[in-house]
Amino acid sequence: MIDSFYIAWKYLLFGKARSATLVACITLIAVLPLALEIILDESEHQLVERAEHTPLLVGAKGSALDLVMNSLYFADEVPQPVTLASAEEIAATDLAFAIPLYVRFQARGFPIVGTTLDYFDFRQLRLAAGTPFGLLGECVIGAAVARQIGLKPGDSLLSSPETVFDLAGVYPLKMRVAGVLAPSHSADDLAVLVDVKTAWVIEGLVHGHEDVARSRDSSVIIERSESNVTANAKLMQYTEITEANIEAFHLHGDPAGYPLTAVIALPHDDKAAAILRGRYQDTETPYQIVPPADVIDTLITNIFRIRNVLDAVILFVGLATLMALVLVFGLSLRLRQREIDTIFKLGCSRLTIAQLLGAEIVIIAALSAVLCLLILSVVAHYDQQLVRALFI
Amino acid sequence: MISIESLHFAYPQDGFKLQIPAFSVPVGEKLAVIGPSGSGKTTLLNLIAGISQPLSGRIQIAGTPVHELADAARRDFRITQIGFVFQDFELLDYLSVLDNMLHPYRITRALKLTPEVRRRARDLAGQMGIGHQLQRHAGELSQGEKQRAAICRALLPQPKLILADEATGNLDPDNKLHILDLLFEAVDQHGATLLAVTHDHELLPRFDRVVDFDDFRSGSAA
Repeated sequence: MIDSFYIAWKYLLFGKARSATLVACITLIAVLPLALEIILDESEHQLVERAEHTPLLVGAKGSALDLVMNSLYFADEVPQPVTLASAEEIAATDLAFAIPLYVRFQARGFPIVGTTLDYFDFRQLRLAAGTPFGLLGECVIGAAVARQIGLKPGDSLLSSPETVFDLAGVYPLKMRVAGVLAPSHSADDLAVLVDVKTAWVIEGLVHGHEDVARSRDSSVIIERSESNVTANAKLMQYTEITEANIEAFHLHGDPAGYPLTAVIALPHDDKAAAILRGRYQDTETPYQIVPPADVIDTLITNIFRIRNVLDAVILFVGLATLMALVLVFGLSLRLRQREIDTIFKLGCSRLTIAQLLGAEIVIIAALSAVLCLLILSVVAHYDQQLVRALFI
Repeated sequence: MISIESLHFAYPQDGFKLQIPAFSVPVGEKLAVIGPSGSGKTTLLNLIAGISQPLSGRIQIAGTPVHELADAARRDFRITQIGFVFQDFELLDYLSVLDNMLHPYRITRALKLTPEVRRRARDLAGQMGIGHQLQRHAGELSQGEKQRAAICRALLPQPKLILADEATGNLDPDNKLHILDLLFEAVDQHGATLLAVTHDHELLPRFDRVVDFDDFRSGSAA
């Protein structure tokens, strides 16, 4: 019986560090291009699918890519705001249905998406638990948010201040989790959906505080007249909306001027879409209207250019590593010449010696393949999260 | 056991020549071959083992003309009928003592690795005083233990002939006498024949016969 694999295994086991280095080198060469392929395919899939399902997007003039990335994938880059009036203008044309979006704030690292309940129908989002948001201060969290921070309906989630040191800036709002979305394998899994008015509460445009008319605290009231009461910053602002204080929440100024980051326009038909796009061609208008699919198509083209360069780089690095491995193996053969001579003297054929050395290569290759498959299966399992972390 | 007639061998590269008109070693004999370095002692062992091929002449081991066998048959003959003990032990550091002993069984189809062989390996190691070291890597053993393991590897297939090339050359004086005693004992027990090349004149009285390599070449050693 020729037990080449047993002997080869013992040899590799004896030099664990050397064998592990060889396995790691080969695994890396194989994993890098394949993992990149998986991630890029998934990123393309995620980007294209969502873009193709969003007919038109209206936002402030500027980077169309920032607008699309923020509105569709809730990326951190916040575009210049438009106003609620722009959404109302679109609805007034009777050419399209408008869904407002205000994506600026975050809660524990997850984007807060201010919108309306129409967004749920548009994205075909299903609730796994609870109800949609109904009251000011309620939120519906994505499946991944619920899983990662362990929240369920009835729990609370605090919005994050934009900057820690800006005391005059956005205050945290304690939101009640009304519902949890079923997984949709999209950016919505990682989002905190709230009514757009709740987003304005976070911004401070809609707010609630103790009744200054009834307050007798002289350290709070600066000036009191028959028609007006002026209070200072000591006045207690509500950071949570409850049944007891919801009546105290009120708007300041004209809501038509309240900010949105974008408006999703859903034209009734192709003709309506063409007319609507024509209306925003005017260079005087402060808005732009973009078909997200076109923007993403350009982005994908650029990603593919980079991918080709990366593939070439990986190919060269892989070749260089393989050559180094061949050199290492050749040198190890020279170092083991005495051992080979001994085995030959004992009565082993040259073919069997080659078989012994071949078994070592097969074991190293097999271990690398197994490790490679494991890493790739992990990459494939978490590809959506990786895509979101790396690209979106 | 060994019968050599009109043996002629040469290395074409350096002009080295070896001629042995006639020589024989009876079964069971423990023979020492001495001679200066470079005189061809190791070459003779290689010729007897079939590792090198003579230009002319005959080499018979237990009646088998080794030099006439085909490559594969010669290798099979060597691994089953001849046990080699080297000066530097030539154990594989990455294998345990037991695996080193069983190594010949794992590199050829001519030997079958059976539970009986494993049992014999344990017994042999016990007799050689390394029974408690079977699971240790060869590299962790002392010089004396390594040579015992190497002798065990040579004896395990129960060869008819043991070839020892400076087998005690790397051992201290106490160890070399002890190892030689163990080797003789094992050879006797297995009914084998021993041909040992050595430089060590202190060991010579223990052998049945001592041949100076110069006598060998002139034919007077026959």
